[in-house]
Amino acid sequence: MWEIIEANRRKSVALIFILGSVLAALGAAIGYFFTPEFPAEGVFTGIAIAMVIWIIMLLASYAGGEQILLATAGAREVKHDDAPQLFNIVEEIKIASGLPSMPKVYLIDSQVPNAFAVGLKPERAAVAVTTGLVAKLNRDELQGVVAHEIGHIANRDTLFMTMAGVTVGAVVILADLFLRGLWYSSMTGGRRRSSSSQGGGQLMAILMIVAIALAILSPLLAQLLYFATSRKREYLADASSAQFTRYPEGLASALEKISANQDKKFSKSRTLAPMFIINPMAASGKMMGLFSTHPPTEDRIHILRGMMKGSSLQAYEQAYRKLHQNKQLIGTPSLNASQEKGIRKPSPEAQQHNPKKSLRDIKDILHKTAGYGILACACGVKMKIPSNFEHKKVRCPRCGREHEVPLELLAAAIIAQDHTKKSA
Amino acid sequence: MGIIIVLGIIVLLVIWIVGMYNGLVRLRNQVKNGWSQIEVQLKRRHDLIPNLVETAKGYMKHERETLEEITKARNLAVNANSVAEHGKAEGKLNEALSKFLMVVENYPDLKASQNFLALQEELTTTENKVSFSRQFYNDQVLKFNTRIESVPTNIIAGMFNFKQAEFFEVEVAAEREVPKVKF
Repeated sequence: MWEIIEANRRKSVALIFILGSVLAALGAAIGYFFTPEFPAEGVFTGIAIAMVIWIIMLLASYAGGEQILLATAGAREVKHDDAPQLFNIVEEIKIASGLPSMPKVYLIDSQVPNAFAVGLKPERAAVAVTTGLVAKLNRDELQGVVAHEIGHIANRDTLFMTMAGVTVGAVVILADLFLRGLWYSSMTGGRRRSSSSQGGGQLMAILMIVAIALAILSPLLAQLLYFATSRKREYLADASSAQFTRYPEGLASALEKISANQDKKFSKSRTLAPMFIINPMAASGKMMGLFSTHPPTEDRIHILRGMMKGSSLQAYEQAYRKLHQNKQLIGTPSLNASQEKGIRKPSPEAQQHNPKKSLRDIKDILHKTAGYGILACACGVKMKIPSNFEHKKVRCPRCGREHEVPLELLAAAIIAQDHTKKSA
Repeated sequence: MGIIIVLGIIVLLVIWIVGMYNGLVRLRNQVKNGWSQIEVQLKRRHDLIPNLVETAKGYMKHERETLEEITKARNLAVNANSVAEHGKAEGKLNEALSKFLMVVENYPDLKASQNFLALQEELTTTENKVSFSRQFYNDQVLKFNTRIESVPTNIIAGMFNFKQAEFFEVEVAAEREVPKVKF
């Protein structure tokens, strides 16, 4: 475990360094392009500007990156009383993983099942899942998914993903600005072209072309690097999930259900894509290749189901090597340190799961946190009562029974509303 | 010159012994910490059971025996002291509970009641938490005991009276059984 974190940290530093170099090279090329008469000054200024942009973006993400990401995804925090099962599962895995503190739990209102984790430090981590996920999965499957996400937090993937994502973002922004500027200046007179022809010399022209080529290619290159490393992390998080839950089948069948229910419309944001348990952008399944953030889901399921001997990291490694021509995934010290705890039995509730009912429950949770009180009628109808409801009585729309509106219900709704306002 | 070297060796030896001693203390504290985590979960579990029995009473008139068995097992578990006693009592409680859950199958009204469903979820999660914190605790115990037994820490452990910690094992029938995998 510790060795995975260490190896992850080393690779993260290396990758951030490489991505930073790509960014610096881009800055240098742009600087050179605009002042070919003073190459040294131009290159230096270009690098300096690129670094300043990068540092500002890193600082911003460090200060409030989690909140920004959660807000982009439209996530809303829930407590134990809002969604007992979800909250309990996160708490269970927190204990199993040995995280220092309880991650915050967020719900996203979407039918498409998916989940992601954020947090630059384990102490500030959060797990977000969609309502569709809670509705479609049974307890064991949900536990597998939550454990995968907490695996990302425990392995420090969330830190790396944020840092690398920000750096790739800086490269994209800089290249975009440059190419747009180029396009604009060529439309309005083309001062650049005249200056380059005045400067003369073939070398300079070649360097200009190299600069433009770098601006076009560097975002692709940066993304390629980012995605290639994020795929391995998905396997590692799957291995952690099996280890924490001692039940690989839970995550395997969850992945099956999630990938069968993906929908391209869900793509909330491109930057969030590598963070979800299954990439929402790759819904078609044909995108697998150099640019995929996630390994093919069938592969992941196949490995999890191939863990015959137990739930430890060794068992995962064995199943992984069987599928990947004996390539090593997990470092030897971690493999030696990991103890075999066996595979547990499926939980009894897992067999009696009613997805329709569950979706209704989860909608109630969202209404509760949005400031509605839920009043249940004897005929089975549940009424949403807004916190500013003025009448003392309400009539059930189906059976016509009259109900008194309890004051504490409205009070609770008002508190919930305040709470979500504060956390939003 | 000779005196300085001897003094230096003595100082190094003291630092080494202090380091070993502190290492043992750190591990012992981790064991304690692990155990207190288990105790928190066990207490939660014991607190849930009277609620469960109360809820079930209204629905199952003819199952007094099953319910009494649970209450008895619960009281035993509450009064357990040593780690081994806890393990035994929790095993008994598990047995009584699984018998009860089997009986519940015959009472669809109880099974569908909101209150019971909520309690069942709390019971499941507490059981999972007990089992996860047990894993953590036993890992710490294994580390601590290995350290106490190994040379040279065993000398320090003997001198300062460090005692081996007990593993926490709950007897659960078929816990380690491998489920059938469907392809």
